[in-house]
Amino acid sequence: MSSLCLVEAVTDALAVEMEADPAVLVFGQDVGGKGGVFRATVGLQERFGEERCFDTPLSEGGIVGAAIGMAVGGLKPVVEIQFSGFTYSAFNQLANHAARLRNRSRGSLTVPMVLRTPHGGGIRAPEHHSECMEALFGHMRGLKVVIPSTPYDAKGLLIAAIRDPDPVVFLEPARIYRSVRQEVPQEAYAIPLGKARVEAEGSELTLVSYGAQMKEAREAVRQLAAKGRSVELIDLRTIYPLDAETLVASVRKTGRLLVVHEASESFGAAAEVMAAAVEGAFEHLQAPPARLTGPDVFAPLARGEHHYLIRSEQITLEAERVLAYEP
Amino acid sequence: MFQAYDPREGKRLSLLNPEGCLADCVSALPRPSDEEVLEAYRVMVLARQADEWAVNLNRQGRMPTYVLNEGQEANSAGALLALRPDDWFVPAYRELAGMIMRGLPLHQIYLYWHGNELGSHLPRETYHMLPISVPVGSQPLHAVGLAYAERLRGSDRVVIAFMGEGATSEGDWHEALNLAGVWKSGVIFFTQNNQWAISLPAGKQTASATVAEKAFAYGFEGVQVDGNDLFAVYAAVRQAADKARAGGGPTLIEGYTYRLGAHTTSDDPRHYRVDSEVERWRALDPLLRLERYLRLRGLLRKKDVQDIKQKCLARAQAEFEQAERLNDPSLEDTFRFMFHELPQPLARQLERRRP
Ligand SMILES: Cc1ncc(C[n+]2csc(CCOP(=O)(O)OP(=O)(O)O)c2C)c(N)n1
Repeated sequence: MSSLCLVEAVTDALAVEMEADPAVLVFGQDVGGKGGVFRATVGLQERFGEERCFDTPLSEGGIVGAAIGMAVGGLKPVVEIQFSGFTYSAFNQLANHAARLRNRSRGSLTVPMVLRTPHGGGIRAPEHHSECMEALFGHMRGLKVVIPSTPYDAKGLLIAAIRDPDPVVFLEPARIYRSVRQEVPQEAYAIPLGKARVEAEGSELTLVSYGAQMKEAREAVRQLAAKGRSVELIDLRTIYPLDAETLVASVRKTGRLLVVHEASESFGAAAEVMAAAVEGAFEHLQAPPARLTGPDVFAPLARGEHHYLIRSEQITLEAERVLAYEP
Repeated sequence: MFQAYDPREGKRLSLLNPEGCLADCVSALPRPSDEEVLEAYRVMVLARQADEWAVNLNRQGRMPTYVLNEGQEANSAGALLALRPDDWFVPAYRELAGMIMRGLPLHQIYLYWHGNELGSHLPRETYHMLPISVPVGSQPLHAVGLAYAERLRGSDRVVIAFMGEGATSEGDWHEALNLAGVWKSGVIFFTQNNQWAISLPAGKQTASATVAEKAFAYGFEGVQVDGNDLFAVYAAVRQAADKARAGGGPTLIEGYTYRLGAHTTSDDPRHYRVDSEVERWRALDPLLRLERYLRLRGLLRKKDVQDIKQKCLARAQAEFEQAERLNDPSLEDTFRFMFHELPQPLARQLERRRP
């Protein structure tokens, strides 16, 4: 065991998989000598050489497009897009090729690659650095979309993503990159993709969140517990494919659902979770499924950030509203 | 018109040497008046002081991530000096001197970096300028579109777009040059080649010997200039602008320069480059060079130098305080610029958030 923060767990997962499988390679902007702008790839170039961990020119489409070719050619590229918003430049390659090649080639050509990129705001960053794009990726079809909220999950999910036979977008909650440490096993372990995690059991309300927002959700669960309320907290972990089974089982038990995410509301992941609850637990619902999300605006710059981010007190308030609802 | 400086033959336009002496050939080229040179000098000193003050503020925790300009001031200052105030200015994010030259108040520039969107409020007829563009390499295409609009509306305004050498690896950059070549757009593409794209050296960004030579593949001229030389930048941009105004199409200008500071305040260049390289470039500082020139010409006295510096620092401090004092954007502000009219979902979301 070693005590790691989330970004160190990412580095650890990359190192473990590069060690185990010579086909795994890591590249992107500033990932080599500098070790990444968030220092997620520190030491990998020294350890595995410039052929397996290298800097690319400033070209997101190039990075993803070349990774597709490498993956078809038998390698397992793990690429870093430096900040979330610059993934837009790679959408053509991602949506038109990475996601579709298996289907287009009737299963004969596959793209086992991972695209890692930071997720979310709250770090007083410039424009385009705070995007929450999980719903866009989830909607693309053909991509798996993963987002951890703890160091332990980060390592296990990233290893699973690297081993996955299909393209995976791995979103890293930048706000909590270094905020908590956790004991993480030194050896490799994979956490299955597509499985949500029930973090705390409860009986009155199902609270669903993921990524950095989990931090506030946990705090809200504590606040509610102090008021005698029993909340079941679920960390979604995978956006696509959604683990409807776990969600439905929980809502059948609690009868009430609140989904919280930083991403904007319309056509977001919360809508999908609510749909799953309505479809799978309709007759058990005691209140309309609710969501507390970012509004349909662009993440404000530093001085407006407080208008956008969701604090634990807001979650608690909203949870109380859902709990108080009488059919 | 740039035949004498073909980058494919390893030539670079350079007029003012590090000692502050002008080359003889300057007489055959467009050249700013003494007053204009003095104005550019003051703008560059203000940019330098404002830059240093911003870094200082960042260390004090009063300024979020800030992009440094130190050492590159002559590029955008010289370019904007050579253009008309109504020519379009499409910046990347490292053109502080050019923005000041364009007349954008320093407190507004600070407001942007301080994390208030009002810093990008740029009425069209006042500044003829687009906001800072963070997605690297994306904005040159907008320059091509602006030039098209100006031509169709019968104006002779030209457009200058800035970008770093890293931007030349982006697909959008190549699309912009190709379109401009095909459409004979009145655009000047100005690449500040500051040798580093964060930690990637220019030699690993492209296998071309220069950025400038890429223009020829798109069917127009490219020229490399000493980007730390105000006179060289001015001469190149002025000629490119005259050509564009006369319908002669685009030009790619590569300002060969150096980023003396970190990429941003979040970057530590010691991770990827050696101090000796930085020191070598420090001797080529564009501001020092201009100062020497002005002193040699008797346009500036020794005590003026200190005086201007101090006044500029005081001004930077005052303008920052003005930006800092301004109220934070309101909750409504985060919503009301999304559309001309607030649509239903946004109206509902705003209502729900009101205290
Ligand atoms: C499309 C895109 N990818 C990545 C980034 C992150 N980033 C910001 S600046 C930069 C380097 C840019 O280098 P260059 O174009 O040479 O300009 P410089 O910063 O040196 O002025 C990078 C990678 C970005 N802003 N936009």
